[in-house]
Amino acid sequence: MTAKTKTAGKKKRNILQVARVIRSKNSGPFELTLDIMFKERRHFDLFREKKIITARKIARLYRIPESDVLKIIYFEPSQAIKVTIKRKIPSGAPGDTDIYGAQQHVPLFDLEF
Amino acid sequence: MTRKNSGRKLPPFKILSTTAILGYGFPESSFRKGMSLKPDLIAADAGSTDPGPYYLGAGKSFTNRSAVKRDLRLMIKAGVENNIPVVIGTAGGSGARPHVEWCLDIVREIAREENLHFKLGIAYGDVDKETVKKALKEKRIKPLAFVPRLTPEVIEQSENIVAQMGVEPFIKLLGEGCQVVVAGRSYDPAVFAALPISRGYDPGLALHLGKILECAAIAATPGSGSDCALGILEEDSFILEALSPERKFTPQSAAAHTLYEKSDPYELPGPGGVINLRNCSFEDIGRGRVRVRGSQFVPTDRYWVKLEGVRLTGYRSVSVAGVRDPIMISKIDSILKAVEDRARDIMKIKPEDGRIFFHVYGKNGVMGELEPVKKTASHELGIVIETIGRSQEEADALLAVTRSALLHYGYEGRIATAGNLAFPFSPSDLAMGKVFEFSVYHLMQVDDPAFFETRTEEL
Repeated sequence: MTAKTKTAGKKKRNILQVARVIRSKNSGPFELTLDIMFKERRHFDLFREKKIITARKIARLYRIPESDVLKIIYFEPSQAIKVTIKRKIPSGAPGDTDIYGAQQHVPLFDLEF
Repeated sequence: MTRKNSGRKLPPFKILSTTAILGYGFPESSFRKGMSLKPDLIAADAGSTDPGPYYLGAGKSFTNRSAVKRDLRLMIKAGVENNIPVVIGTAGGSGARPHVEWCLDIVREIAREENLHFKLGIAYGDVDKETVKKALKEKRIKPLAFVPRLTPEVIEQSENIVAQMGVEPFIKLLGEGCQVVVAGRSYDPAVFAALPISRGYDPGLALHLGKILECAAIAATPGSGSDCALGILEEDSFILEALSPERKFTPQSAAAHTLYEKSDPYELPGPGGVINLRNCSFEDIGRGRVRVRGSQFVPTDRYWVKLEGVRLTGYRSVSVAGVRDPIMISKIDSILKAVEDRARDIMKIKPEDGRIFFHVYGKNGVMGELEPVKKTASHELGIVIETIGRSQEEADALLAVTRSALLHYGYEGRIATAGNLAFPFSPSDLAMGKVFEFSVYHLMQVDDPAFFETRTEEL
């Protein structure tokens, strides 16, 4: 699906092994918000401590400029990371492909750590 | 808004939220269960910007009239008969004047059919262009993230500009003794929070509860937008309770909901302030109920409301077709490019006057430019040909020419020479009407939070 991340030393794991929910949705017509909820607290902590998700990584996965990544927030009550990015095209404007933004999550499936 | 009660202990205040969006329906059994618990308020949010800019611009509801009437009939009948206020926000889906009138029409119809008599309160969410222009001139407008700057020209081009009202217009109407309140564009939690806030309950708890209840049982597990939920507001906390046996609230489900459709789950900005959830706790108190504590309302220095408006950007036509030929699929990008050039050449139309989009399902129809997979592995493609013109006639004509050019385009290596597309329908082309885009999505500072036009009506 994408270029394999280098696996020098320890074998990399995929986000799908540790996430319970990975989803995307509009946060208003100009933003897309991505949620990753972890099955276990330790993985949420690991991602937070090691800063595994950065604006740069999101920008690379989505092939967007880093300045289009608005914020990355860690939400403890849900063991979740929320990333908000700019919509390429505002919801419903000419050229849009996903009015609700509900099917824009799949590039996150390529996250390895 | 930070009105404090005078030492007297507040009794539990029960709020029955019927459905995530008025018209999405709810089981009568859940509603009856909710009514048996003697709620102090029956409320529902009726709108969203999620279905896109069209509905606000066209003055139409994205919800179905019969479905809205069914939900409203149950709510109003039970509310009026038991003397419980019924509050509806963002009427008609988008909450501009035509949407509110559409909903009022349904309410009057129900009152007639059920022989119900009550005082109806109406709050309009519309903000006239001059008010917005004045605010812009006085530097009382700021854009939200990634939103283009507002100019007087954009304001002039925009239709149905609305502002999300806070609790104040609801408090005013409920204070005037309205049994049923129908409001235009509203901050989602306001319909639930207004009455308890006016009775002295903590605004942070009331608004956070409203934020959860606006989606009814979506925050329960299994979640549903078509089922009721009960919120019980107490002095220092609130309780969430599901109303059908197959559902329950858990600390996880309630907390997770706070993430949904928002860019920051800790700070939820709204009219006049921010709900801060940093010190919030979610506790399982058994029987599928969750107690929430610690939600705080932090007022902002100035009172800001969120404006929404859309502008007409053209007229759309579409045609749906499929491609099965592997030779064509392997060259699809270059074929579509050549077809667009040919159609433009025939119609002599510039890209800004007539736009052509190919939504190629099986390739990048869902993600467009964001699609990381560049080469399709699909054995068939679905293509939605879309044109946007300055009039419906122009869009139709551009579509007809583009469609026929694609149908018969002689790409290199073609061996299927009878036609390139499989059409599932006759007629193949569909005139879709007006196309709108969001043009206003800004904050406006106001002096009076209850500046919205309100009126009452005796039914």
